[in-house]
Amino acid sequence: MKPVIVKQAKAFLKVLALAVPLLMSAGVPSSAAPAEVGSAMHDSAAVTAEAAGAHTEAAAHGAEAGHSEKPGDVIMHHILDSNVFAFEPFGEVELPKIVVGGFDISITKHVVMMWLAAALVLIVFGAVGSQYAKMTSKDAPKGLANAMEALVDFIRLDVAKSNIGPGYEKHLPYLLTVFFFILLCNVLGLVPYGATATGNVNVTLTLAVFTFFITQVASLKAHGLKGYAAHLTAGTHWSLWIIMIPIEIIGLFTKPFALTVRLFANMTAGHIVILSLIFISFILKSYIVAVAVSVPFSIFIYLLEIFVAFLQAFIFTMLSALFIGLATAHDGHDEHEAGVAHH
Amino acid sequence: MLTSGIILLSGGLLSPNPGLIFWTAVTFVLVLLILKKLAWGPIITALEEREKGIQSAIDRAHNAKDEAESILRKNRETLAKADAEAERIIREGKEYGEKLRSEMTEKAHEEAKKMITSAKEEIEQEKLRALDVLRNEVADLAVMGAEKIIKSSLDADMQKKIVDSMIQDLSSKRN
Repeated sequence: MKPVIVKQAKAFLKVLALAVPLLMSAGVPSSAAPAEVGSAMHDSAAVTAEAAGAHTEAAAHGAEAGHSEKPGDVIMHHILDSNVFAFEPFGEVELPKIVVGGFDISITKHVVMMWLAAALVLIVFGAVGSQYAKMTSKDAPKGLANAMEALVDFIRLDVAKSNIGPGYEKHLPYLLTVFFFILLCNVLGLVPYGATATGNVNVTLTLAVFTFFITQVASLKAHGLKGYAAHLTAGTHWSLWIIMIPIEIIGLFTKPFALTVRLFANMTAGHIVILSLIFISFILKSYIVAVAVSVPFSIFIYLLEIFVAFLQAFIFTMLSALFIGLATAHDGHDEHEAGVAHH
Repeated sequence: MLTSGIILLSGGLLSPNPGLIFWTAVTFVLVLLILKKLAWGPIITALEEREKGIQSAIDRAHNAKDEAESILRKNRETLAKADAEAERIIREGKEYGEKLRSEMTEKAHEEAKKMITSAKEEIEQEKLRALDVLRNEVADLAVMGAEKIIKSSLDADMQKKIVDSMIQDLSSKRN
């Protein structure tokens, strides 16, 4: 394993592509070779929790034996939350278990990644915010502030203002925070040794519930209790209410449910695809497959994942803004016109 | 492979985890509150201020343009007014000069006429006076002639001679 560890540390794909034939010609025992190449591949693709899985595998059964757990188990291990933060091959960190009043609120891997994302967001925007606080309106933003301003202004104008309309300023802090928080969680999931907190359904559900509550509160504020109740009947005759009200209530919950599943499934699916592509070479025990299929395809999916990380953060924010906009929009055309004119 | 598929479905991918929900909520709310205070406030205020600043700069530029245009218009008006004024003054001056000239000419004419008239009158008077004097003198001479006639009224021829000579005398004397 030693020379492979060195290669892992360097972990450059091109080097690996050259190293595979070298390993073959060196006459490494065939049983060890797939494991080595496989574990090297893990890092070359820079898959998030890859290393942790390999470690578990090694610890449980011994990688030298060349046989492993079922690939499904390993993949699930990478995707799922755990109480161990592993840094294969350097070691692992046991995370504290906390149980308060019968509730298990342990600090898990995803909680740590979330905190990391939160810390990064706070550091970046703390710096940017202080720069803006010092600026007068005549100064132009520089460096990081300038870069972040483009994103903030994009969310402000193209997401919030165009979807919510008048009164969008109230919801702007939520939308901006949710965008950058999800973005950072997504991106950190792509960093080696990282894990995707937004690939956990609990996290996305919580965020979607925030959107749900904000939407309902905005709707209540915009229409009043009576208007809110009237919305549930969808303006139909009272005899239809027995059908309409349950449908409308279900409709309220489908929106956050869609948000939850969309983000969670998108973030999880990409990782599963990358891991599966890598495990093809494990299952087939073939270098040719590893070089020709696993590595190029997982790199392709990885690049796609970077795009998806941005896209899903944007979509979550966009849909939140859209739902708020729909909830606060006035039914009466005249009222809306008046609102626009007033604005 | 089949088993792995089953694991994917049943392996806790969708299992609830209250602890994670709790931490997500806490983390997110804290991040939201801190960022609202630290970042979004100043950034959005700055963006809005800048937008307002740009808008006001555009408005100011428009106002300045309008103002400049109105000043230009006013200047042109003033210039035109001044031109008209100058023209009017010149015209008036010309008219006045013309009037003055004609008046003076007229006055001179009148004066001359008056002088001529008075001269004529004086001449007439002088003539009348001269005629008066002449008449008196003629009367005197007639009286004197009559005296002489009466004095030498002996003979008609004589008388005739005397009168003739006297008239001759008179005419020679007059001339």
